[in-house]
Amino acid sequence: MRKWLSDSSILGATAAVGLVLAATLAAAQAPAYRAPRTADGRPNLNGIWQALNTAHWDLQGHAAAKGPVPSLGAVFSVPPGLGVVEGDEIPYLPAAAAKKKENQANWTTLDPEVKCYLPGVPRATYLPYPFQIVQSQQNILISYEYAAAVRVINMGTPTKAPGDSWMGWSNGRWDGDTLVVDVTSLDERTWFDRAGNFHSDALHVVERYTPRSADTLNYEVTIEDPKVFSRPWKISMPLYRRVERNAKLLEYRCVEFAEELLYGPLRKKSSN
Amino acid sequence: MSRRSLASTAALAVLALVALLTQVPAAGQTPSGASKPTATGKPWTPPRTTDGRPDLQGIWTDNTVTPFQRPQQLGTKEFYTDQEFAELSQRARQGDVGEEGNLGAANPQEVRYDLELYGFDRTKVRFGSNKRTSLIVGPEGVVPPILPEARQRNADRVARNKGHEFDSHENRPLSERCILLNQERVPLIPGANEGNLIQIVQGPGYVTLLRETNHSTRVIPTDGRPHVPQNIRLYQGDSVGRWEGNTLVVDTTNFTSLSAFQGSGERLHLVERFTRAADDTLIYQFTVEDPTTWAKSWSAEIPWTKTRGPVYEWACHEGNNMISNILRGARVAEQEAAQKRER
Repeated sequence: MRKWLSDSSILGATAAVGLVLAATLAAAQAPAYRAPRTADGRPNLNGIWQALNTAHWDLQGHAAAKGPVPSLGAVFSVPPGLGVVEGDEIPYLPAAAAKKKENQANWTTLDPEVKCYLPGVPRATYLPYPFQIVQSQQNILISYEYAAAVRVINMGTPTKAPGDSWMGWSNGRWDGDTLVVDVTSLDERTWFDRAGNFHSDALHVVERYTPRSADTLNYEVTIEDPKVFSRPWKISMPLYRRVERNAKLLEYRCVEFAEELLYGPLRKKSSN
Repeated sequence: MSRRSLASTAALAVLALVALLTQVPAAGQTPSGASKPTATGKPWTPPRTTDGRPDLQGIWTDNTVTPFQRPQQLGTKEFYTDQEFAELSQRARQGDVGEEGNLGAANPQEVRYDLELYGFDRTKVRFGSNKRTSLIVGPEGVVPPILPEARQRNADRVARNKGHEFDSHENRPLSERCILLNQERVPLIPGANEGNLIQIVQGPGYVTLLRETNHSTRVIPTDGRPHVPQNIRLYQGDSVGRWEGNTLVVDTTNFTSLSAFQGSGERLHLVERFTRAADDTLIYQFTVEDPTTWAKSWSAEIPWTKTRGPVYEWACHEGNNMISNILRGARVAEQEAAQKRER
């Protein structure tokens, strides 16, 4: 009896905690926040934004790890993170799962980021560099500090890509306070992160940017690629406004940082 | 020889790609001059953005065959008359033009490529609608003489690289390395018939200029902020903008010593002015000064014409085989020379 009582009170307490937790989660998922408007009445997403997580290392949860350059020690090691993938599982088809492993094992030689190649979408968003949204009625331009990457999102009648490109072809629309961007025709050579997560030329990305407070956005992405994944999957993360008064994108033309790696072996030997 | 042909093959490939991706201006469009009355006789008022700024947005082309500097035989003549302009345009379209027109890719080729396929045929060449004899304005119409110390500085730089041009990627020009293509340099100078698209997108407090060439984007604040600290040097410099009436004025400093413009040094100071003059015309003007290079400032003016898009992605570095081919060619040549000596 006594045992039953204590069990039931534990159950009751657990239920109460559960209710509070559920309420908190619901509040987090459906914020009453309404974004400020631009002069033409659209949600105002203008600003310099940046992700603050370790998704650029690995979309999935990961422990800290030793970096690839021993001489850099703790400065360039892999910081830990809980991951940004819904359910923490990326549904690779069997052959693709093997390729992902191979990519990861040969990360420094295969990753396009190491070579300063254009990052593609969604990787551009959560690379550890700021990006700026410039919003007009007809178009929304996003300028990324990394590699001077850029996208112009068409907010008019959707148009079709003339061909594949590194940053893809973006058509946008408003869904309430949310900017929804449909991205297609992405070049198959981009990756999702430094852990070798990849896709094919059949990649279809749908991004959702939702204001959640004056200085944060929620960024949610649905990733679909029937050649690589068995079903669509999602990532989500907050994006933070760079609130410094003098915040400004500067040049990060990383080509010159990758040249020694790419062309160093073709250097004239000093003995010649 | 092999290096040259490799480079020119690559250049041609780039050219062809650009040509494919570059839309010709809307057919039959004749760019109008500055702020002239409309057909209805009412003066033209520039459109505004929703937040009340002059609306410069759209996709523009600065394609022109007007030469950068005035041909010597034209002396101090700044403008053509209407008749001269019509005759010159007529002659240019027949390929019968000397220094008065910079035909670029529309020039007759030694090796015949069918450039007409890409819209490079001479029948489409256009001189600047302002009827100027050169892009550089003023009675001289040329870049002022370079000061002796600047001449020395630039000569020293060339001399340091002499004999080492093919040693490594570091000895090659920024454009070949896809770090800074010539048309990404600021000020914005038209290419000889290629890569002339510029898209302007405006948001509150910012104007963005996207030059199609190498997806080159300048995000220019117009909120009155100062330049970034002097020790931060940037290939495209640091740009801050402001509105003066209907004109966007952009002030740029903080250049690197490598982003020289017409022989300038890193103290280059650039002021650009963007003024919409008609629905289909934007006047781009700039003035440059650099006390370490020229005794006085000088200015140019280029009319831009509204055109159809879209602006496509121009990924240069991702497909840059040119640098590896040039360096590999040089190493092979050295190896062959060494073998010859041994024999």
